[in-house]
Amino acid sequence: MKGTEAFQELLPLLGDEPVVHANGYICRESFALKDREANFYMIGSMGLASSIGLGVALCKPDRKVIVLDGDGNVLMALGTLAMIAAEAPKNLVHVVIDNEVYESTGSQRTLSNSVSLEQIAKSSGYREAVRVDKKEDIKPAFEKMMNSEGPGFLLIKVEPCFDPKTGRVTHTPEEITERFMKSLRPAAGGN
Amino acid sequence: MVEESNVSSLTSQTFIDRLIRENFKFFTGVPCSLLSGLISYLEEIEEVRYIPSVREDSAVGLCAGAYLSGALPVLLMQNSGLGYCLNAFTSLNLIYRIPVLVIMSWRGQGGKDAPEHIIMGDINQKLLETAGMDYSVLKSENCDQVLETAMRKINEEKLPYTLLIEKGLFDERH
Repeated sequence: MKGTEAFQELLPLLGDEPVVHANGYICRESFALKDREANFYMIGSMGLASSIGLGVALCKPDRKVIVLDGDGNVLMALGTLAMIAAEAPKNLVHVVIDNEVYESTGSQRTLSNSVSLEQIAKSSGYREAVRVDKKEDIKPAFEKMMNSEGPGFLLIKVEPCFDPKTGRVTHTPEEITERFMKSLRPAAGGN
Repeated sequence: MVEESNVSSLTSQTFIDRLIRENFKFFTGVPCSLLSGLISYLEEIEEVRYIPSVREDSAVGLCAGAYLSGALPVLLMQNSGLGYCLNAFTSLNLIYRIPVLVIMSWRGQGGKDAPEHIIMGDINQKLLETAGMDYSVLKSENCDQVLETAMRKINEEKLPYTLLIEKGLFDERH
């Protein structure tokens, strides 16, 4: 399956959950397909989507929190997998779109072709770590994880398909902060 | 006078209690011996938790997530960690206006420390200034004033503020 197809499967399954996006391809593809107030688009600080998501999950224990990560980002911050496993937030679902390349910089290869990220997550201590290769398996795997105690790790293997003409996130960083925080406040339906 | 009474009363305990009164609820970091008294006290008390981070940049991310969720975060680290998280500060906190109170030990100050600390000890302040990160050197006698400045930076400008901690300011526990 192409990366875009994975997003097309995944995005309609979202409700009002906060979703912290990794930089690069993940931000740009998700923004291009469906912008949401509860999306935190991390446009820089590569590797930190997982730690930002962990911070949100620990401070908002009654909200399901999603990290939408990439293989390059996960590899850059493998230590954060240990932090997530150690803190073990039940409300965190870590989804990784794994295209085995740094796609937005010209598709240079990462290491995830030979290193199994879901096995690293599992042996770190994530409650559940699942790998999905087929488009039709995304929905049941994601829904099961959203209805189970976390932390869960869902690795979706995709083929690179990024169109470099895909725009960048057009909201300013300050706007991203404001609307994401607003979506997390109790009045917006949170805890 | 208030200032005078603080000279003798700034300890790991009184300082952390003070931060909790300022509404800081989320503490994480990577240890330094100069901060060991602070971290030990954080681990002892019930009111707040201290979350061990594996790297300083992961701690920056964790604090950012906490702030976005409505909690005021504190990040404790050695100045050696500044190199690891400079990009996180410049491409996350500073442009998104995500504040954090950074408590940074000043190793290598005055060229007197282990070799690995000497260069960072020398450029520590310059790096913060170059990055546009405001800071103060915390002392017993300026604690109230420095915290007031920090809280203004955090609450009004929504930017990080760093407190540099010299050797000997807080107790060390080994």
